[in-house]
Amino acid sequence: MWEGLHLIDKTPGKEGKTDLSEITLICRCEDVTLKEIRDLIAEGYTTAEEIKRITRCGMGPCQGRTCRELLLAEIARALEEKVDKIAPTRYRPPTKPIRLGGIIEGDADDLG
Amino acid sequence: MTWARATSSRIADELPKTADAVVIGGGVIGTSIAYHLAKKGFGRIALVERSYLACGSSGRCGAGVRQQWGTKLNCLLSIDSVKAFERMDEELGYSRSIEFKQGGYLLLAYTRREAEQFRENVRLQQELGIPVSLLTPSEAREIVPILNTDCVHLATFCPTDGHANPFHVTYAYATAGKRLGVKIHTFTEAYDIMTESGKVEGVKTNKGTISTDVVICAAGPYSGVVARMVGLDIPFYPERHQILVTEPVEPVLGPMVMSFSRRFYCQQTPHGSFIMGMGDPKEKPGFSVSSTWEFLVEMAEEITKVLPPVGQLSVVRQWAGLYDMTPDAHPILGSTPCAGLYLACGFSGHGFMLAPVTGKLISEIVCDEEPSIDIHGLDLGRFERGELVIEPSVV
Repeated sequence: MWEGLHLIDKTPGKEGKTDLSEITLICRCEDVTLKEIRDLIAEGYTTAEEIKRITRCGMGPCQGRTCRELLLAEIARALEEKVDKIAPTRYRPPTKPIRLGGIIEGDADDLG
Repeated sequence: MTWARATSSRIADELPKTADAVVIGGGVIGTSIAYHLAKKGFGRIALVERSYLACGSSGRCGAGVRQQWGTKLNCLLSIDSVKAFERMDEELGYSRSIEFKQGGYLLLAYTRREAEQFRENVRLQQELGIPVSLLTPSEAREIVPILNTDCVHLATFCPTDGHANPFHVTYAYATAGKRLGVKIHTFTEAYDIMTESGKVEGVKTNKGTISTDVVICAAGPYSGVVARMVGLDIPFYPERHQILVTEPVEPVLGPMVMSFSRRFYCQQTPHGSFIMGMGDPKEKPGFSVSSTWEFLVEMAEEITKVLPPVGQLSVVRQWAGLYDMTPDAHPILGSTPCAGLYLACGFSGHGFMLAPVTGKLISEIVCDEEPSIDIHGLDLGRFERGELVIEPSVV
């Protein structure tokens, strides 16, 4: 993804090319860029669980709905493996965010 | 793709045939021990971890670091650890941050008996130089304005307590250790310890065998399994504790808020999310780390009473981890009847905060030095001798 592509940056003082991976967001909840992921893989963090723990990628309110697959694809590319060989991060309850107060507001009758 | 090749060579590190010491367990305790041994120049050190680093109790813990304990030993160990956390980024040359935040711990006493215990604890802590004070409920509210002080008899507060990011602390020790030559082998499971006339000879793993005279067990709740490899029975058991995290919000909570009698704790991380957990007295010993709906309900009930505005936040994730409980809630540190096998386990839910001092002390013991804190009372033999050091203040 974005290999060799650059953005022409006209910001004063920063004229030149910006590596697109620096501005490509993988995890939108926690603002994790593709470059951060690639740097970590290069450091030797090659499991999705480790990268999640360092960057918080996938730990935000959407719990990895967008970034989980992107992260796995990136690790697979780096290791030259098929993506289905890369272990995904654990899915955790409650799956979708729920308000703490909301959990206790209803009572058993509300469930019909 | 140069970075891909660099990666491949890293994960292909072959298991050494021999080592001067093998650490079993890639959590915060094991990586701290490996780093401290390497710092002493102990020789070739290998660490084996059956999964990835911090996958067990370290990466699942509540991340708190406190000095407010009820026994002198736990106080001394945690004072030393707090000092280490304060300068850890620098000492370990960590390129990220361990996110150590000293927002203090606010402990709440809900019964007269608990209040009495707190007074005693504070006397002990102050004698040892811990900057702790007794607070009235209204003084506690000055520190945590969102606190509901109903039924609170008194509180204690220590401003130098706090919390750190357990993933980063583990990775910081691991990378600093690697820099000093420690070989870290993840996805490598130790399944047997070889002995000859009561002495350690080596470790068998699923990736091969390492000959060594020294094995350090830092396998957390699985330490019982490791000890049984040499026929040792350690009197401890794993116990599940559940925990949850909310979406992040602006900082509103400085300290960790905690109650022993009501068994909860809650903190706001520098990231903005709230992390909270509760002990369950009905929990049976076992290795299960599954999450339950009941926990979510109980936690929600408790936290909306104690810190009412937190009820407006959404839970994004819940999980569970294991405490490695000893009969006296103190760790087991030191040598064993099997020569060359050392234990660093049984932390009873506060291993993360004791990791720095544990690494230091175990490296001293392994190098045959006098430990810088007298921990003779924390040896395995204390259970047979009946010399338990009971800690009254645990969630």
